[in-house]
Amino acid sequence: MKSKKITATNSLQKATKRWGFLFMGPVLIAFIIGFIWPFIQGIWLSMCQFRLISDAKFIGFGNYVKTFQDASFRHAFWYTAMFAVVSLVFINVLAFIVAYILTLEIKGSNLFRTVFFMPNLIGGIVLGYIWSMIFDGILGRYQTSILLESKYGFWGLIILMCWQQIGYMMIIYVAGLQNVPGDILEAARIDGATSMQTLFKVTIPNVMSSFTICIFLSLTNGFKLFDQNLALTGGQPFIIQPGGTTIKTTEMLALNIYNTFYSSNTTSQGVAQAKAVVFFILVAGLGLLQLSYTRKREVQQ
Amino acid sequence: MKKKIVSTMLCAAMITTMLAGCGGSDNGGTADAPAADDSATEAPAADDSATEAPAADDSAAAPAAGGGSVYWLNFKPESDEVLQEVAADYTAKTGVEVKVVTAASGTYSTTLLSEMDKSAPPTLFVIGNQAGVKDWKDYALDLNGTAIANELNTDAYNLYDETGKLVSIGYCYECYGIIVNPDLIEQAGHTMDEIKNFDGLKAVAEDIHARADELGFDAFSSSDMDDSSSWRFTGHMANLEYYYEQEGTAWTECPPTITGKYLDNFKNLYDLCINNSLTDPKELATGGHDAENEFKTGQAAFFVNGSWEYEAVKADVPNATMIPYYCGVAGEEKAGLNCGTENCWAINSKASAEDQQATMDFMVWCVTDPDASRKLVDTFGVMPYKSAAESTNGFLAAADKYTSDGCYVMNWATNFQPNVDSYRATLVSALNQYNADQSDANWETVRMAFVDGWAAEYNAVNN
Repeated sequence: MKSKKITATNSLQKATKRWGFLFMGPVLIAFIIGFIWPFIQGIWLSMCQFRLISDAKFIGFGNYVKTFQDASFRHAFWYTAMFAVVSLVFINVLAFIVAYILTLEIKGSNLFRTVFFMPNLIGGIVLGYIWSMIFDGILGRYQTSILLESKYGFWGLIILMCWQQIGYMMIIYVAGLQNVPGDILEAARIDGATSMQTLFKVTIPNVMSSFTICIFLSLTNGFKLFDQNLALTGGQPFIIQPGGTTIKTTEMLALNIYNTFYSSNTTSQGVAQAKAVVFFILVAGLGLLQLSYTRKREVQQ
Repeated sequence: MKKKIVSTMLCAAMITTMLAGCGGSDNGGTADAPAADDSATEAPAADDSATEAPAADDSAAAPAAGGGSVYWLNFKPESDEVLQEVAADYTAKTGVEVKVVTAASGTYSTTLLSEMDKSAPPTLFVIGNQAGVKDWKDYALDLNGTAIANELNTDAYNLYDETGKLVSIGYCYECYGIIVNPDLIEQAGHTMDEIKNFDGLKAVAEDIHARADELGFDAFSSSDMDDSSSWRFTGHMANLEYYYEQEGTAWTECPPTITGKYLDNFKNLYDLCINNSLTDPKELATGGHDAENEFKTGQAAFFVNGSWEYEAVKADVPNATMIPYYCGVAGEEKAGLNCGTENCWAINSKASAEDQQATMDFMVWCVTDPDASRKLVDTFGVMPYKSAAESTNGFLAAADKYTSDGCYVMNWATNFQPNVDSYRATLVSALNQYNADQSDANWETVRMAFVDGWAAEYNAVNN
């Protein structure tokens, strides 16, 4: 009996090994078509001059040189970096506070969670236009507009992103907080820890894995932000320098790439492609760095 | 503890999938490569249907069509409905498939760029100005001596490249200026005859604005600076500066620099517009006012726009007419309207011979068939072809009147604006600052955007 069972398992394993690729196939093909191939093509195009991607001409690293010489790209980089850090802090602190409050078993917390999560379901372009109307409704009373001051544009975008993202991060934190074992909390209480001590010494170390995920998401979201940026300010206001060149003060990296791609210079598509590759390396690098850093701080029981 | 991580991960994964499902547009903009790949993956699908069509199902239509089909990438969103109708008529009559796709307002060039890369690209598209000629001349069939060129009644709106190839051919032209409601002018105790130059216009507009409460209407409708309206100023009104700067010799290509000699005249008219209007200039930046509606409902007597507005306003303001941009230039009593076009057909030279022929036949039909040209003329205003229907557009009639009275036509020098989207966006930013605070320093910024910005954008495009 026993030997028969083993052979059955063995043949099952063999079959799995032999035919497994069939089941992997569709996903693999979709992944190659949708991700791997465009990615390789993107890198190739970044070294080409092209108008239509079907007739690209190889020109080497010239696009990368232009990318790093471009003052607007450098400005967009620092602006984006500042935005990503500030939004990361605000989103995560606020989301954690909300999640903490909503796990204290107050009445109707399920309703609150749903409501806080809802802004996530609205697309970025729509959000951008709605918020531009809200901000201008308020700023209009002071005879100004979100399009007139870069600091309004910056904080406007932070408020928008907080509103959109806090609910989403909150859900992750709620899941983490609910998984903090009750016996540890009970032990802390018996040992006489104050609620602050319990929060900082017990709860937070135990939800570190949620922090890892949330910080990773908000950092990369901040860097990749596009729709909201386009719809809220579109880079306005510009600083017009003597000589006529401009700096779009609230233009972030993704929008900078987009604007470069669709400018009417015949060489700009290649430069935009190079910028996109640089952008990818940057976002991926930062994300990985941050992941490995916070991973170390997670506690295992 | 493992469980905790797993459940957190699951939770995150769940939300991410939800977001991915909802936020498809999030990715389209940031990553150009996947977007481009979309078209590549769509291409085989389109190919399939094309190869299948003659073989299998379309036996009825195919012989009549001679195998060709028409794909018109339309540039005018406001005409989409009529074009779809005309295309359906043509298909019903001849069996030739005509597909009309309309690019959303302000996205024509990006749409063209991605559509041309597909395996079934547009056979009929628009090359509207010299910059477009430069970008797309290799994709345009030489129209010299073709059937459609022989139908034209004027050469004025055609675009040629430097070798004399007829790249694109005007299918309608337009004019812009200041739309006026003469009834309101009379109600305010003035006559249209008073408005023959800038001083006359200024006197009338300022008087109406001063008495706006008493009259129940104001002089100018709102001049919003959002994307749906700013082109009326950064594109159209700016033309008066470029036009006069040409000093009688029309530009044939984009000049590397401009002097801004007549910028003060632009300022005259612009100031008049924003300061004698329904809307406080400080509220123009994000827009949200409906200038067309303000004019239609009789809240404003003047409306800066073009001949395409005639259809929209004729029912409410039957006497609406159009006057030139009076801006204080000497001799401007002889000014006419700004006439020109960005609507020029080009045939895709990379399309198959059958498709090119089908497209040519379709174009000729559009300008010769009485019913089709009637419909098209009603939406386009006028078509410069011998057998096309007569125009019923009051503003184009006004343009004609000025011309026959011996006034000079102001050509569309504005079409030469280098790197046009970027140039205008910069100008909008500068005008926003100026609208909020009309100081000399802020006008200096506008001047830099207008004059220095031209040179900077020219360099950006041509270096």
